[in-house]
Amino acid sequence: MNVFTMSQGRMNARVNLDFSQIVPSIPFILQGVIVTLKIVVFAVLLGFALGVVLALMKIGRIKVLAWFADAYTSVFRGTPLVLQLVLIYFGIPQLTGFEIDAFPAAVIAFGLNSAAYVSEIIRAGILAVDKGQREAALALGIPYKLMMRDIILPQALKNILPALMNEFITLTKESAVVTVIGAMDVMRRAYIVGGQVYRYIEPLLIAGLIYYVLVMLLTLLGKALEGRLRKSD
Amino acid sequence: MIKVEDLHKSFGKLEVLKGITTTIKQGEVVAIIGPSGSGKSTFLRCLNLLEEPTKGRIWIGNEEITDKKTNIMEVRQHVGMVFQHFHLFPHMTVLENVTYAPIKVKGMAKAEAEAKGIELLKKVGLEQKADEYPSRLSGGQKQRVAIARALAMSPDVMLFDEPTSALDPEMVKEVLEVMKSLAHTGMTMAIVTHEMGFAREVADRVLFLDGGQLIEDAPPQQFFASPKSKRAQEFLEKML
Repeated sequence: MNVFTMSQGRMNARVNLDFSQIVPSIPFILQGVIVTLKIVVFAVLLGFALGVVLALMKIGRIKVLAWFADAYTSVFRGTPLVLQLVLIYFGIPQLTGFEIDAFPAAVIAFGLNSAAYVSEIIRAGILAVDKGQREAALALGIPYKLMMRDIILPQALKNILPALMNEFITLTKESAVVTVIGAMDVMRRAYIVGGQVYRYIEPLLIAGLIYYVLVMLLTLLGKALEGRLRKSD
Repeated sequence: MIKVEDLHKSFGKLEVLKGITTTIKQGEVVAIIGPSGSGKSTFLRCLNLLEEPTKGRIWIGNEEITDKKTNIMEVRQHVGMVFQHFHLFPHMTVLENVTYAPIKVKGMAKAEAEAKGIELLKKVGLEQKADEYPSRLSGGQKQRVAIARALAMSPDVMLFDEPTSALDPEMVKEVLEVMKSLAHTGMTMAIVTHEMGFAREVADRVLFLDGGQLIEDAPPQQFFASPKSKRAQEFLEKML
């Protein structure tokens, strides 16, 4: 009994959430969704396009290209994303003399990083397509480019869609590290609001909720896409 | 039509074809038979360079396909192939399977390719399945679609690699019927098969391969009634 009242007392002292001060700032945090989404969408597009190219290099016959793609993957998987981001943001101006904004720096860093992971997923997907498909295409005289685009990749994509969605979900959440280069995404706005009202937990919880909803939407999108691709089953 | 001269093929140290020389004339139907591991599928796959010969020369029509200068992708457009496991494109409908290569490779107009595709599907008895996906078809139906797909390119030669070996027994006949009617149209055909009855009835010639060599080359009546070599005799005893 004694113990119970004691722990009750402690809980009361600690549970101290007050969202009323934050409410006016919620629209400000929500505007970060646009920034976050813009970074994620462009990074996904860049990562996917580059990932396909790297995957084709890896399975191709040209040794130099295969070696390059492997080395690329190794470097971008082997170093922290936040380090790549900071290097691109601060490194490009120092090396080239051209300033780079936070937004393009973020898209480039996340896109290049994501490409390394996506290329491995796609490579595995291509290798998992029955080799008879390739032979049937060859026997019909279908050139390599058309064979890849219309026959092998569509089948590979169907199988790897869950893994790809996983990668894009990770990217959405990881995009929060753009805070370190000052892009005004959801995370950064939550910090700013926290600084203004001297309460960090509430805006961060709101930010967490926003990320969670974004990821749920992505998950639904993935399921819908998968359903469409499975219509031939 | 097809001329093969001293064809050798090795996989690493394993020599699968040990010098095969033969010709297949225009309109001829040739059955290629032999025990498993005899090299008959490899021989067939060399004819459209799905396997690259280690040595020897092959002509299709007037073109030497083993010549490095020959555009093999173009040659393959004139050489249809049907596989044991069909290899239909699973993400395309039956009609799309049949029309894809004519449209994308030959540049045929879509309407024309579809009209031709439907006509071919009628020939193999499957026009009502045109809009289905391959996963909805039986094995025999899949193989008939695969035949239609190969024919859609208007090939001069058709290669069949054990076309009925993966089928349930009750579906073998429907595929053989399609092949038989194709033979009657004067198509040049090379067929690797275990269907002795079919070979006897439809083929103009039987090639018997064993151990990577062409052991016998004879009309079916002669081959099945009185095989000359001991190996062919033993093989036929097991098969019949």
